[in-house]
Amino acid sequence: MTRFSLGKYLLPTYVFLTFLFLMIPIGYTFVYSFNDSIKSNIIWRGFTLDNWLNVCDQAGVCGAFGNSLLVAITATAVSTVLGTMIAIALVRYRFKFRSATNLLLFLPLATPEVVMGAGLAAQFLDFGWTKGLTTVIIAHVMFTLSFVVVTVKARVATLDPALEEAGRDLYASPIQVFWKITFPLLLPGILSAAMLAFALSFDDFIITQFNSGSVDTFPKFVYTAAARGIPPEANVVGSFVFIVAIAIVIAVQVRSAMKKRKLLSK
Amino acid sequence: MATEFIARGQDLELKGIRKEFPGFVAVDNLNLKIPAGEFFALLGPSGCGKTTTLRMIAGLESPSKGEILLGGKDIAGMKPHERPVNTVFQNYALFPHMSVLENVAFGIRQRKLTDPLSKAEKALAMVELEHLAQRRPQQLSGGQQQRVALARALVNRPSLLLLDEPLGALDLKLRRQMQIELKAIQMEVGLTFLHVTHDQEEAMDMADTVAVMNQGHIEQLGAPEVLYDRPKTAFVAKFLGQSNMFIGKVTETNSETTSIEYKGKKITGLTKRSEKVTGVIAIGVRPEKTYFHETQPIADPGLNILGPGEITDIRFTGVSNQYQIDIPGIGVMTVFAQNVGRSPVVELGAQVYVSWKIEHSFGLSDLPSGVEEDK
Repeated sequence: MTRFSLGKYLLPTYVFLTFLFLMIPIGYTFVYSFNDSIKSNIIWRGFTLDNWLNVCDQAGVCGAFGNSLLVAITATAVSTVLGTMIAIALVRYRFKFRSATNLLLFLPLATPEVVMGAGLAAQFLDFGWTKGLTTVIIAHVMFTLSFVVVTVKARVATLDPALEEAGRDLYASPIQVFWKITFPLLLPGILSAAMLAFALSFDDFIITQFNSGSVDTFPKFVYTAAARGIPPEANVVGSFVFIVAIAIVIAVQVRSAMKKRKLLSK
Repeated sequence: MATEFIARGQDLELKGIRKEFPGFVAVDNLNLKIPAGEFFALLGPSGCGKTTTLRMIAGLESPSKGEILLGGKDIAGMKPHERPVNTVFQNYALFPHMSVLENVAFGIRQRKLTDPLSKAEKALAMVELEHLAQRRPQQLSGGQQQRVALARALVNRPSLLLLDEPLGALDLKLRRQMQIELKAIQMEVGLTFLHVTHDQEEAMDMADTVAVMNQGHIEQLGAPEVLYDRPKTAFVAKFLGQSNMFIGKVTETNSETTSIEYKGKKITGLTKRSEKVTGVIAIGVRPEKTYFHETQPIADPGLNILGPGEITDIRFTGVSNQYQIDIPGIGVMTVFAQNVGRSPVVELGAQVYVSWKIEHSFGLSDLPSGVEEDK
């Protein structure tokens, strides 16, 4: 019986410790976003809401955050559109070099970011392009594209081609079939690909560092600030992003649970 | 886009259709004419080219050669959405992101016709599913989905309705019930139906005309009764049921009868029911047209008599018993006897004679494989 009860407590304890380990840095960041700090945000000096209320007062935080948002949104939009098109082509059509294309799309996933970042930087230098927002966006499109293709491809593979044929049979032109049948059915896959691309782009540091020149993104700002003490406003932005992400996840879960219940109740 | 479609069915004619895929020919020189309003079945084993033929008519594949005439007009170059043809797909292919009603209304909406929803409701009422209009397709049973697929195609009043093994996914009982419904609907709407299936019972049960396909061409075309009673090739004879076959050299032939010699025995058929009357030919007979006798029947020029042989197997199938009779020097024959209460009472091991009327023999144009030949 002793062995049994040990097993009964061992697993929950282990799970608890794992979560504790995962959550401590996040909890620390969140708690210290309320710290009434003076110079460095390491010692607890009392609770304040000032950091949250006047987050943009700290030089550079909001500018970097805005740049990160701009880069992530633009890169996500471009790579989602391109990636979806590539994914459909790769699953639906037979063409020369199809398997080679498949393989090449996996390469960026396997390449170390440092190598990719440095390689891109060299390219931009070669072209004589000034590093800035544009080069960052191009770089981010490049490295998020593979993730989008892989995610959307999985969804396209589950889509029965007979559905599109049924659409064509029922008087829909190829473009109408795409918008009325293919796209709505792929949408969940496209959305998760877009969210993945956004998340990857938003917190990318290495590739951005190589290709951004003097433009600050949020991860870059935090990295630079770490040398002289991260301001609590950075904690505020970090916590804010975390809360938004969690809220989205919860909303999606609740929505799908409600949908399921609705389907069952009918 | 609002093309005017004729409410009545139209005739379909295929002229010299050929379809090549890399490495093989799926359909070869196919010629076919289906009169308006007919229920036509394309019957064949998987891989015989029947589905490819259907897809070419729907426009989902384009023929390598040949013409597809619908009401006299060549539609081979038209896109699927431009053809007044609708399809009931094998796995129904209902749109999972739309309600049943929206599924049915899809074609009407695409053609920008008036009242898509009320037309869809009427079509659903025809298949008795109006109470499920707001459901999603995945909430329906297989039989219900099948009926939605039918309503979604029929609501468009196509000149030609294509059915691609539409009952294949249903269980036997539901399939029989849907066969009756489908046939009733076809009679009611008067459209031309082209039904593709590998189920010979289904084809014979529903269709006015059946075309048996094999390896990309039509083996034989005709009314189900004719195909069954008078198959012209070994493939058709085998595909539409069981038969006893005998291969031998023609020993005598005149305007009335033709006989072959099979292992020393004379087997006779009518000349008009024989595709070939010279050389080595195959003569067959359906098992339900053969009888067995416990005593030797009196010789009669109107009868083929074989035996005696031993009953080696008896199979009870409900309406009939199936007997295997091993006749020394001849081989194993199959005899079906109806269980009507007066069939001879025989047991395993009994010695019996087998007979059938010469007018029930059929002579084939080719030789079946796997049957011993007597030269």
